[in-house]
Amino acid sequence: MANVQFKAVAANRLSDGIAVWATSAPGGFRWTETWAAVAPVALDADPGEVEALEAWAAAEAGRDHVVSERLIDVARDQQGYLPTRLRERIVAAGPTVRLDLGKQAEQSTHAVAA
Amino acid sequence: MSMYRYDEFDHAFVASRVAEYTEQVERRMAGGITEDQFKPLRLMNGVYLQLHAYMLRVAIPYGTLDSRQMRKLAHIARTYDKGYGHFTTRQNIQYNWPALTDTPRILEELAEVEMHALQTSGNCIRNVTSDHFAGAAADELADPRPWCEILRQWSSVHPEFTYLPRKFKIALSGAAHDRAAVRVHDIGLQMRQHNGQLGFEVFVGGGLGRTPMIGKRVREFLPAEDLLAYTTAILRVYNLNGRRDNKYKARIKILVHETGLEDLRAQIEAEFERLRGGELTLPHDDVEAIHSYFAAPDLPNRSQEAIALTSQMDADPAFGAWVAQNSSAHRHPDYSCVTISLKGIGDAPGDASADQMDAVAELAERFANDELRVSHEQNLALPHVAKGDLRAVYDGLVACGLATANIGLISDIIACPGLDYCALANTRSIPVAQDIAQRFADPARAADIGPIKIKISGCINACGHHHVGHIGILGVEKKGTELFQITLGGSADENTSIGEIIGRGFEYDQLIDAVETVIETYLQLRSDPSEIFIDAYRRVGPEPFKHALYGAPKQAA
Repeated sequence: MANVQFKAVAANRLSDGIAVWATSAPGGFRWTETWAAVAPVALDADPGEVEALEAWAAAEAGRDHVVSERLIDVARDQQGYLPTRLRERIVAAGPTVRLDLGKQAEQSTHAVAA
Repeated sequence: MSMYRYDEFDHAFVASRVAEYTEQVERRMAGGITEDQFKPLRLMNGVYLQLHAYMLRVAIPYGTLDSRQMRKLAHIARTYDKGYGHFTTRQNIQYNWPALTDTPRILEELAEVEMHALQTSGNCIRNVTSDHFAGAAADELADPRPWCEILRQWSSVHPEFTYLPRKFKIALSGAAHDRAAVRVHDIGLQMRQHNGQLGFEVFVGGGLGRTPMIGKRVREFLPAEDLLAYTTAILRVYNLNGRRDNKYKARIKILVHETGLEDLRAQIEAEFERLRGGELTLPHDDVEAIHSYFAAPDLPNRSQEAIALTSQMDADPAFGAWVAQNSSAHRHPDYSCVTISLKGIGDAPGDASADQMDAVAELAERFANDELRVSHEQNLALPHVAKGDLRAVYDGLVACGLATANIGLISDIIACPGLDYCALANTRSIPVAQDIAQRFADPARAADIGPIKIKISGCINACGHHHVGHIGILGVEKKGTELFQITLGGSADENTSIGEIIGRGFEYDQLIDAVETVIETYLQLRSDPSEIFIDAYRRVGPEPFKHALYGAPKQAA
C-alpha cells in the first residue's frame, strides 16, 4: 500500500447520495463529482489547509448539502492521485463488478448544490 | 393466486406512513431537520446510505409475490434506479441507486401493489422469512405462510417490540427439509404434528454475524393457536433482559448463551403461562380466514404431459439438464417446483434486470398460477409449474438469460453485496463468487462435484451466511488489502452446523486456487460419487483439507 502523502474530503450529496469530493476553488472549496478534478492537500503543506478543508466540509454538511463527509488518505503514483483504501477507490470509480455504472461510466462534473 | 392481502387498515396505515415520510424528506431537503434527526426516520422506511448512493430495501413478505408486484419492482428498477435490483438472503430486494428525493414516490408506487419498506431496518421484528416452496413442496407437512402472515400482521408496528435491544428475525419451515435456515434465526419455527394437532417446534437464539450460534430448542411442540402468545413471551423476556449496553452482545443469541437455556426457558414459559388462553390465542375463524388467502391453487391433473417429459428431456440435453437441476418435487405428481437461477456464470448473485423481472412475471402469470417466490439463496422460484409447461417456462428463461442449470451446484453461490456497494463491508464478495463460478463453469465438472453450498460475506456481519456454507468465505481487511478466511463444514438445513476456520486467510489472487484445492481434496477422498461434500467433510474432518491447503503438519520434536 502506497504511503499516505495527501488528504482529501469525500462525502455523499444529500439529495441523491452520489459521491462527491471537496476541491479547491477561487476563495475556498467546492464539491466535484469527479475524482480526477480533486486536488488533494499535501500533508507537508501548510497544516492549516487540511483543517480548513475539514471545516468547510463540516459547514457544508451543516448547510444540508452533503452527508457522510469524511477525511480520506490519498497517495500519488505515476497514474495520479488515488485513495489509499480500497473502499474509497471503489467510491471514486464505481462497483468493480459493474463497469457500466458509477463514476467510471459517468465523467461529468456538477456542482453539489447551488 | 394465493397471496396475503392488505385489509383496509393496512392500506390506510401504509398510505399514512408514506405521507409522513414524504413530509420528512421535504423537511430534510429544506433544512428543517438535521441528518442526525433524519437518519433514523429514513432507516425506518428502508433507506440506507451506501458507498455510491442511497439504497432502498423493500420487504417481500416471506418471499411471496405475484406478477403484478414483480412488474412493479421491475418498473421501479427501470424508472428510479439503474435497471436492476438485487435479491437478498432476507428474501428482500435492494435497489442500489435511488435518489433520496425519489424514495417517497417509490414508496407510493410500492403501496399501490401492497408492498413497502417498513421494518427492513432498525431494532424491530424484520421481514418474516420462509421456505420458497411453501404450499407446493412434496415434503411439506403444512403451508407455513398463513402463520408467517399472522406473524407479519402481529409484528407490523407492534408498539411493544419496535425498539428491541437489536434487530429480530423469525423464520418458518413447514417441510421436512429445511430450506429456510430456521436454526440460524432469532426464532426458528419448524412445523410439527403432535397427536393430530398442528404446531411448531420452537428454536431460539440462532444467528450468524460475529458470534454464530445455532438456535436451541426451547419447546418441542407448541400448539399452533398459541403461536402469538409464545412468540410474545419470548420477545418480552428478550426485550426486558437483552443487553442494551453493547451492540455486539444485544442479539437474543447472547441472552440465551449468557442466561442458559433452562433458565431462559423457565422465564419464557412463565410469561407464556400468563398469556396463554388470553387475547393472543388465535381465534379459529381468523386463522381459517387467513388460510383462505393461501388456498392451494387449482391444479388439474395433467398426467399425460408429465409422462411425456422424460422423452422431451432426452431429446434436448440442455433442457433435460435444466429440469433435472432446477426443478424439484411438487406435492402434485404432475407438477414441479421450479427454481430460476440468478447465478448465471459470471453474474452477480441475486441481481436481476428489470427486463428479466418482467419476463419472469410473464412466465408466472402464464404458467405458474401467478405465484413467484424469492429464496434466501438469492434465486427466484415458480412454485407450481405443470410438467407439461416446463418446456415453455424453460424457453422463456432462455430468452431472458435465466436458464442456467446450476441450482444447488458449485456456482449457485450466496454472496452479499460486499465492498462493491456496501458501506459496512471490508472486502468485495460478488467478484469472488463470479471467479469461483467461472473456474468451475464446465457443467460436467460441476455435476461431478455435485451438491455444494458456497457462501461469501464481505464482513463479519455475515449477510452472505458464510458460517453455514459447506465452504464459507469471509473477507477481512488486513493492512489495507483484502484477505479471505475459509471455513468448512457449515450447513443451514435441518442438520445445521457452523463452519470451522480452516487456517490462515488467503489474498484475493490465491483464493480461487484455494477453493479449487478444497474441491480437489474432496473429490479424492469421497467414498464414492454419491457422497456429497458436506457428508465427506463430516466423515473425515478438517485435517485432509488443512494438509492440502497448508502442507503437512509439523511433527513435534
